[in-house]
Amino acid sequence: MKKGIVAAIFIFIFSLLQNTLFSALSLGGIAPDLIMILAVSYGFMLGRKAGLFVGFTAGFIMDLFFGVVLGFYALCYMFAGFFAGHFHEPFFKEDIRLPLGMVVIGELGYNFVFYIIQFLLRGRFQLPFYFLHIMIPKVIYTVVLTLVLYPVILFVNRKLDELEKKGAKKLD
Amino acid sequence: MSPIVKRKKEKFHLASKYWLLILTCVCVLLMVVTFMTNFTGGFLNNIGGYLFKPFQEGISEVGSFLTQKSDELKEMRVLMQENERLREENAALIAENIHLQQYKNELRELQDLLELAAAYEDYETTAARIIAKDTGNWYSSFLINKGTDDGIEVDMNVIADGGLVGRVSRVGANWARVTAIIDDASNVSSMVLSTYDNLIVSGGTELMFDNKLAFSQLLDREDLVMVGDKIVTSNISEKYLPGILIGHICQINMDANNLSKSGYITPVVDFEHLSEVLIIRQKKQGLEGM
Repeated sequence: MKKGIVAAIFIFIFSLLQNTLFSALSLGGIAPDLIMILAVSYGFMLGRKAGLFVGFTAGFIMDLFFGVVLGFYALCYMFAGFFAGHFHEPFFKEDIRLPLGMVVIGELGYNFVFYIIQFLLRGRFQLPFYFLHIMIPKVIYTVVLTLVLYPVILFVNRKLDELEKKGAKKLD
Repeated sequence: MSPIVKRKKEKFHLASKYWLLILTCVCVLLMVVTFMTNFTGGFLNNIGGYLFKPFQEGISEVGSFLTQKSDELKEMRVLMQENERLREENAALIAENIHLQQYKNELRELQDLLELAAAYEDYETTAARIIAKDTGNWYSSFLINKGTDDGIEVDMNVIADGGLVGRVSRVGANWARVTAIIDDASNVSSMVLSTYDNLIVSGGTELMFDNKLAFSQLLDREDLVMVGDKIVTSNISEKYLPGILIGHICQINMDANNLSKSGYITPVVDFEHLSEVLIIRQKKQGLEGM
């Protein structure tokens, strides 16, 4: 329950900052993808279901405001969170390399799908340009931000775990 | 203790892959519905608006305050020089204005004679502030702080700096989304002001980086259209009101078919630094009766 509320607060703050603060902090028109960081982090930390729901909800909020059609962002981020959830069990959460790798894969995959569905099908064939000027800078910027934000999300969720344990002990 | 032990209710549990399947179907269904019909979220838009808008507005307010302060410091010196120059220019313009006023009166009289005046009436506008921008990098759209409560409707034209910015593409109770003309999916039917030749102005993701627009399908058999010519929205545009300035031609190329021309336009609007826009309350669809 508590985790759900905290996740909702994270979703709210991240989607808010995505289109206000980070559109102002964009470098050369490129902004990082906070939603991807959130979905992947939750999938990795709490498992498939958490990643899937966080990705879906945050993506749907993006859809409401900026989607060409409803459901596209939700679908992409949901799959990213679900994919990250597969690595939930066997790995230490403190090791940031794995979520970093997943952010890269998730971001690239999402952008390629986006390109194919929304650009290639409209006859825009300049993939090398998009790759060099949009995808790569975006992945790099997002990875840099993951280094900052992943520990924050991890810290909050660890604190929640501790609180839960304390509560369980009190009941004994 | 009573012998009846209450059993804990079994929690309803569904494996994650089924959730994935269900939500995927929901998403696909939503995509199909929004693509096929003009359903754009309905009440969900309003909920989202009420939840996010106050914060978006607050953050953008703080942000614009900060950029404003830093800009003020930077531009102080430039402005002083410019002020000097503008004073001189102003004096010249006042003189010119008087002349033009006379012409205008004359024009109005002639227009009255032709009963054309109504079509050239100034459009009624509403000012709005930009509160969030699309950071997806692929498209160019932004949110403004006015919505249906303020009489904003989908397809209303948006201008700033005396030029066309775009049109409202989605609207909630207290917010609206504006799709800019530099957006990759945007096409505007326009014309060259000097020759009335029609052309299509379209945005592009790769052009956004150079702050340019592309134009195509210009039939200019007599080679009258030149670099520097003004481009305005045309009368035959479906969504845009006629006569709104878009920009100036900066490059013209002959197409491979040797019939039509294409090239690039420098827009008058500085899309990178937009913070406030005007929404024209008159819609093209309502203009026909005039």
